[in-house]
Amino acid sequence: MTEIVVIARLVPDLVEELEIAPSGKALDRSWLRLIINEFDNHAIEQAIIIKERSGAKVTVISPDAEGVEDMLYSSAAKGADRLIKLTGLDEEKKPTNKSLAQSLAGLIKEINPDLILTGVQANDDLTGDLGPQVADLLDMPYVGYISGVSLEGSTAKALKEYPGGLLAEMEISLPAALGIQASEEPPRYVAISKVRQMMSTANIEEISAGELDTEGEFTIERMYLPEAAEKAEMLEGSEEEIAAQLTSVLEDLGLL
Amino acid sequence: MTQDIYVVIEHIQGKVSDISYIMTAAAKDLAQHEGGEVVGILLGSNVSHLKDNLALDRVILGEHPDLKDFSSDAWKRTLLAVFAEYSPRAVFFGNTTIGSDLSSSIAAHQDCPIINHCIKISDQGLVTSQICGGKIMTDSQLSEKTTLISMIPGGYKPEEGQGGPPRDVVEFPVPDLSDLKVKVAQYIEPDTSDVDISQEKVLVAVGRGIQTEDNIELAQELADLLGGTLCASRPVIDQGWLPTSRLVGKSGKSVKPDLYLSLGISGATEHLEGITGSKTIVAVNSDPDAPIFDVAKYGIEVDLFDLIDPLLEKIEAAKGG
Ligand SMILES: Cc1cc2nc3c(=O)[nH]c(=O)nc-3n(C[C@H](O)[C@H](O)[C@H](O)COP(=O)(O)OP(=O)(O)OC[C@H]3O[C@@H](n4cnc5c(N)ncnc54)[C@H](O)[C@@H]3O)c2cc1C
Ligand SMILES: Nc1ncnc2c1ncn2[C@@H]1O[C@H](COP(=O)(O)O)[C@@H](O)[C@H]1O
Repeated sequence: MTEIVVIARLVPDLVEELEIAPSGKALDRSWLRLIINEFDNHAIEQAIIIKERSGAKVTVISPDAEGVEDMLYSSAAKGADRLIKLTGLDEEKKPTNKSLAQSLAGLIKEINPDLILTGVQANDDLTGDLGPQVADLLDMPYVGYISGVSLEGSTAKALKEYPGGLLAEMEISLPAALGIQASEEPPRYVAISKVRQMMSTANIEEISAGELDTEGEFTIERMYLPEAAEKAEMLEGSEEEIAAQLTSVLEDLGLL
Repeated sequence: MTQDIYVVIEHIQGKVSDISYIMTAAAKDLAQHEGGEVVGILLGSNVSHLKDNLALDRVILGEHPDLKDFSSDAWKRTLLAVFAEYSPRAVFFGNTTIGSDLSSSIAAHQDCPIINHCIKISDQGLVTSQICGGKIMTDSQLSEKTTLISMIPGGYKPEEGQGGPPRDVVEFPVPDLSDLKVKVAQYIEPDTSDVDISQEKVLVAVGRGIQTEDNIELAQELADLLGGTLCASRPVIDQGWLPTSRLVGKSGKSVKPDLYLSLGISGATEHLEGITGSKTIVAVNSDPDAPIFDVAKYGIEVDLFDLIDPLLEKIEAAKGG
């Protein structure tokens, strides 16, 4: 049976206000609302699509974080077979991706998958992507920016995106790790009732991450909010007033 | 270790990508602080002429039939050999479909650090990065080891890295590339049957703030009234609400309309990459901190659904009158 491992993570919701910790060198994580990394959600979807098409066992692994159980149960509701929560992480300090990659590689080696899928990028990613690092540690090829995968024997056929809509159809020898940009079909929604049902039937395995390094190898001198060189001229007032102002802007531009 | 700053030159279908010039400009700044030279690594097949317009001191040229198309496996093997030979102070990669397949993987392999999302080298020689979709900046120092840097556009103009030709060209013996695990089977060209948004004068752009597929119609009405075309950010396209031909940004198209009216788009760096050529950007977003306001000429901080109806009315009135 084809084994697929998906690495999925929760990341800060960037629509919220982001704050910098008193150290001035890290994000204040205590206030962050976490959501699934969008591209990881696509990776889960792509794994389920492959499973539905040609059969596979799908394992979703996620580092512990507030809300991770919900994410894992909802993956199970979509069709994931095995759920693993990586525990023992420091709540305050984010481990370096490299140490997280080492820990994950150890765990994934045991599973011995044909395919590792992960999001092409995490929105808060301060470090290198996890996918390529895990791939290197397991001596697998890595290809990112993928928007569709099918398996044919010992080869993955994957579409890699280039700017402007150009695609390259890649042939990648398995086992391999792919960074998913978009799944073939938009990620499905699952009914809350189905997720609830998983809470009582599915099992989340807890596996310790072991000792993880939280010190980066280079020094962050300073973390700060961007100073906008020229901030937009804000149109103020009621919606009616703003609509009128915008309309006259459009007139001035000669667009009406 | 040398003090030289290396740049992995990217090219697609015979053309040097803008990011290569941008990285060259950044490498020049960094080399000034580190006291080294700027060295380009140019891999491919029959690509020697691509070096001519790059403001590099030196080029390391690796040519091989299997380097013709980008294969992360072939490029990684070759780059590892180059780094083993020359031991650079720092190496720039694009935060692109090519560079990102290499940089983190090489960082893991070499056990060296990687600084992501670099947009600029600061006056102090620090690596300035833009993270969290453009909402947070960091200044970082190179580590003691060779440091990899993954670069996004925005901080340098491509012209700043143009010049050349480089003083020296060093032909590098490409290592064994047999049994490649990653190969290109074919390229699939984009569908050109839809409108070409890069040529449109008026664009109404919708982002995740539009919330549902049904709401697209509202934005379409506004676009129609303005004689414009609808386009979108990536999440809208990935949901299948508009065709891929309407995608604006890094993986889509760069546009240059007279008016870019964005509705519910946050302004992530990957999106902004595609709109810098716009004459006038108007941004509607309910989040006062949305990075799109940093590039817009006019900003409107309201719920877009409260604005569209009055706006349609006012525009109709203005057109009728
Ligand atoms: C390799 C790679 C390539 C990418 N390429 C592209 C690309 O080519 N193009 C692209 O666009 N993205 C691209 N992305 C994705 C990019 O990183 C962002 O995720 C994306 O641009 C965000 O889209 P958005 O602004 O629509 O959504 P969000 O970031 O979720 O923003 C939605 C915004 O809408 C606002 N909003 C919500 N409701 C309302 C309302 N009722 N009224 C007003 N405002 C509202 C919110 O305040 C928020 O700012 C790429 C990402 C990667 C990793
Ligand atoms: N652009 C960046 N800005 C700030 N911190 C970063 C950046 N890139 C990497 N880091 C940090 O570097 C450390 C080590 O990264 P790595 O070597 O990839 O494991 C982590 O603690 C990251 O938080």
